[in-house]
Order: sequence, then C-alpha cells, then structure tokens
Amino acid sequence: MVARADFDYSDGAKGAAVRFTGRLTLARLGDLPARLDELGPIESLDLSQIERIDTVGAWIVTRTINDHGATVTGASPEARRLLDALKDDKSAFRVHRDRRSAIERMLDQVGLASIAIWRELIGIIDFFGAMIVSLFVQIRARRRLRWNAVVTRFQAVGVDALPIIGLMSFLIGIVIAQQGAVQLEQFGLEVFTINLVGRASIRELGLLMTAIMVAGRSGSAFAAQIGTMKLTEEVDAMRTIGVSPMEAIVLPRVAASTITMPLLGFYASLCAIAGGGVFCWVGLDIPPLTYVQRLREIIPMTDFYIMLIKAPVFGILIGVTGCYEGMQVRQNAEEVGKRTTSAVVAAIFLVIVLDAFFAVFFSSLGWN
Amino acid sequence: MSEEVQAEIKEELAAADAVRPEKFEYAIRIRGLRNQFGDAIIHDNLDLDVRSGEILGVVGGSGTGKSVLMRSIVGLQTPTAGEIEVYGKTLDTITDAEESRDLRRRWGVMFQGGALFSTLSVAENIQVPLREYYPRLDQRLLDEIAAYKVSMVGLPPDAGPKYPAELSGGMVKRAGLARALALDPALLFLDEPTAGLDPIGAAKFDELIRELADTMGLTVFLITHDLDSLYATCDRVAVLAEKHVIAVGTIPELLATEHPWIQDYFNGPRGRAAANCKQAVERQDGKS
Repeated sequence: MVARADFDYSDGAKGAAVRFTGRLTLARLGDLPARLDELGPIESLDLSQIERIDTVGAWIVTRTINDHGATVTGASPEARRLLDALKDDKSAFRVHRDRRSAIERMLDQVGLASIAIWRELIGIIDFFGAMIVSLFVQIRARRRLRWNAVVTRFQAVGVDALPIIGLMSFLIGIVIAQQGAVQLEQFGLEVFTINLVGRASIRELGLLMTAIMVAGRSGSAFAAQIGTMKLTEEVDAMRTIGVSPMEAIVLPRVAASTITMPLLGFYASLCAIAGGGVFCWVGLDIPPLTYVQRLREIIPMTDFYIMLIKAPVFGILIGVTGCYEGMQVRQNAEEVGKRTTSAVVAAIFLVIVLDAFFAVFFSSLGWN
Repeated sequence: MSEEVQAEIKEELAAADAVRPEKFEYAIRIRGLRNQFGDAIIHDNLDLDVRSGEILGVVGGSGTGKSVLMRSIVGLQTPTAGEIEVYGKTLDTITDAEESRDLRRRWGVMFQGGALFSTLSVAENIQVPLREYYPRLDQRLLDEIAAYKVSMVGLPPDAGPKYPAELSGGMVKRAGLARALALDPALLFLDEPTAGLDPIGAAKFDELIRELADTMGLTVFLITHDLDSLYATCDRVAVLAEKHVIAVGTIPELLATEHPWIQDYFNGPRGRAAANCKQAVERQDGKS
C-alpha cells in the first residue's frame, strides 16, 4: 500500500511547523483537511517529504498559507508550479447564488408566478391577435392557405385520434348510465337514464372529454414540434427566407384543430350515447329501438347547436395555446418539456373555464 | 474519530492504489481494434499507443471514426474485436464495478458540445464527479475546489453560479474542461475542443490546454480538425485513415511520409498557413 497523505508537526514560536508526508493527492487525502484544521495556528509547511501532489493537495497548502500566513519550504519544481498556478486570489470566485430567507423566497415565487400567469394570458391573447392579422394579410395578398399542411395536421389531430376518443367516450357513456341508473332506480325512474346519458353527452361531456384528449395529444405535440423547430433555428431560417412562421406553422395547425373539434366532439357524443345504449339494453332491459326513439324526444336541437358553437372555440384555444407555448421556447431542450407541459395545462384549464361561461350563457338564453 | 470513518478512509485509499498511472510508460495501448456498425466497418486492425505525459493529437477526415475511437477507449462503445488497455487494465475484461470506477476516475472526458448537466450550475457540474467519488469531502472544500477549477480554466469569477444556458460557446467549453479536470485525472480526453470557437478563443484554448497539461502533468488525447491546435499543442499526432492509424509521430516526421492524405492535409493551403504561422511565432520568440 502506498502512503496516504499525512503530516507530522512540532510546535514553533507562532504555531505548528507542519511537515507533510506521503502523497498529497485527492485520492489519498482521507481526513487530512479536518485534522489540519484542528491544529490551530500554523507557522510553516514543509513539502520536502511528499511523494506527489495534485491540484487539490496544492489547494490545501495554498489555503493554509492564506488562512495562517504560513511559509512553505522544500517544494519540488512540480509542487512550485502547481502552487504558482493557484496563488492568485480566489475570493472573488463565487460558487453559489445569493441565499435568502424562506419567507423572502416564498414571496418571491408567489410574485413571479403571478406575473408569469398574467404574462402568459396576455401572451396568448397577443398571439391570437397576431394570428388573426396574419390570416387577413394572407387573404389580402391572395396567398392560399397551406392546405397540404392542414390536411397533414388534420390526419394527426383528428383521424389518428378516432380510436382512443371513441373508446374513451364509449366507456364514459357506460359509466354515466350505470351510475345514473343506480341513483334513479331508488325512485323507480331508471328509464330517465336515457335523458341523463343523451343530454349530458351531447351538451357537455362528449365535447369536454374530447377537448381534454386533444389538448393532451395534439396541443402538446404542437408545442413540442414548434419548440424543437425553434431550438434548431428552423423558425429563424424560415423568417430569413421570407416565409412567415405564422402562415407556415401556426395557421395550418390552428385551422386543423378548429375544423377537427366539432367533428370529433360529435363523434365522441355518439360513442358515449352508444355506450349508454349498450348499458341500458344489457343492464336495464331497454331495447335499442326504444332507446333511440326516446333520445329523439328528449334531446332538443339547441343541445346540438351548443356543441357546434363551443367546439370550434375549444379547437382554436387548444391550437393557439400549443403553438404559442412552442414559439416561447428559448435556450435549451429542457424548455421544450416545460413549455409542452404548460401548453397542456393552460389549454385544459382555459377550456374548462370557458365551458363554464358557455353553460351560464346558454342557460340565460333559455336554451335549456 | 469513529471507526466507521476510519474504515471508509481505508477503503478509499485501497481504491486509490488500484490504478497508479505514473507506473505506466503507456497510458493507452490499443491492439487490433475493430469497430463495426452493421455492414459499415469504421476501424479495422487499429493499433495505437499513447505515452504517459504526452499530448497526442488525433486527426482524420470526417467520418473516419475519431470520436468512435475515443468512445471505444472510455467504454461508451463496445468494440467488435481487439483490445484496449488503459493503465494496464482492459475495459472489456473488467467485470467488477469497483474496478471500473477506479479506472474511470483516472480520466476526464470533455465532449464536443460540453455536455454540461443543464439543470446544474457550473460549480455544481464540477462538483458532480467529486461528490460521486469522494462523498466525505466537506462542502467548504468542495466549494473551494470548484472555485479554483473555475479560475484555472480561465472562466470569469461570476461563472460559478451560472447555468449552462447562460454561458457563451467558449465558456461552455471551458466549463466542460473544468468538469473533466475535477478529479485531477491523469488522462484527459478532448473531443474537438476548439471547434466552433473564433480564432482568438481557439488560440487561447490551445494555450490553456498546453499550460494545464504542463502544470498538472496530464496525458492528453486530443481529437481535432484544427491545424493550428496541432501545431500549438501536440507532442505527437496520430493520423486516422483507411480504417486504422496510418502514421504516428511529430509533425516533421509526418511531413516526411509519402502518404497522399497526410501530404494533402499538412501541405494544403490551410496546413501551410498554420505551419508558416508557427514558424513566424518561433522567429519572433528567437529575437526577443
């Protein structure tokens, strides 16, 4: 075994005279710094007996010189070189950010988060405005909307989502019917399960669940795609060539999600109704024909209109939020992940808030 | 002091004895290396020795597998055939996790893009290897080590708490170098350290590498495209072409060989410019 870093010492006039032995390197340091600290004042350091020294060893020596005003003797040329490299004042070199108290940090975070939410809201509205302007510019310049891009997005946002949205809605239809039936049975009114499933699906749930799914599937994809394009400077390249990113990237995506949402929402409602129908048939012995007939009697046309009015608005919202967050990506890859998350969270949150407004609004119109 | 701590120290010291770089004449020995991706053979029957204490430049055209060679040596890429010995140990045959850790802390690797951990500040990046291998170092010493490493690689005093995203390209490279040097390794791998730097920054970086290698007694494996770097820093140069090392030697030795690629490389317009520049500098040094 090779000698570890060690030292012996004798008492001098102004403190200990320390003589290092062994190898003064990081790998063999052991508890030497701690033991050295216990010595108290140190007058001199003798390096003549050491076998090797690296920068950590040299730093220990330098530190002792700075702290105790110790003198160094017996340094080999290598040791001298290392000591010279380290001898400049290092006190200006900072390692940590400034520390603050917990309360201060909490207030700081609350403040910053509030500002961030406010900025985000303004940013999305701003972005929406810029998009509308860009749309009008495009129309006035008689440039055609990029239908190829729209169709590609349409495939990704709409067609590819059909299986998962269909399955989800079908199951939700079953759940609503089953839970509703349990409650209504107590009053002998299980036939009203049809009202429950039919109206809830068309008016609210079909579309709302679709919006959440689309925000998760496509809003996030928009943010991630555009964010990556920002990182690789594709967006900047587009601008320098003279292609407007709004026209080439944002509009097709928003158009696709706006067109898709009513279709998907209607499809989801039908699937939920089908799920409810299956439960009514199997669980409540209501034959499908009766089920359909009853649906036609109880669902007013206004429920369908409500869905058709809400759907494109949700589509625009999801598209704009996703594209906006993607465009905000700067600096590094980590940002892409963060922005993707906030695209989904913001889209779902805004959709639900808006849905509440719509519910109150349409009720006041008398569309019950 | 508790017995537990004593035992830990003892373990640490035993680990330190496992690999002792200064005993070896050659830091790296490669024999018959073969790397293959599907049908594409990158290296075939490649031999290379890196002497302890030298700065070896590795050059070669794009796609000749310089980075793959480095990745093979540090164990990121398992060779199809052949043997790579680093300080007398063959990575392939090391099965013991401890043993491979002992070897790993003898080298530092600086990747082309810096590869700094983006969620950690520069100082924390430097402390990562220290914490990993020497968990008992106290925070004060860790901070001091981070501070002097930052200063050694020529970063400004306020660089320590900054995050990689806040640094310029040149600073990222320096921070990457600082992390590679965190454990005071005997062997340093540099993958295109001057790529993407402006000529002034590149020249300063060359100088820094030379200076650090001299002060710390480093062995350096330097992959580069930069002819000025070769002239400024390298003791010897290995030329990678035709799937193996076609020549190793000092630049004058290489110039004496007949191989067309080497002649093209060093005697092309850029090669001559770098050589002239070097001569001019030497004349100036001679006068003063």
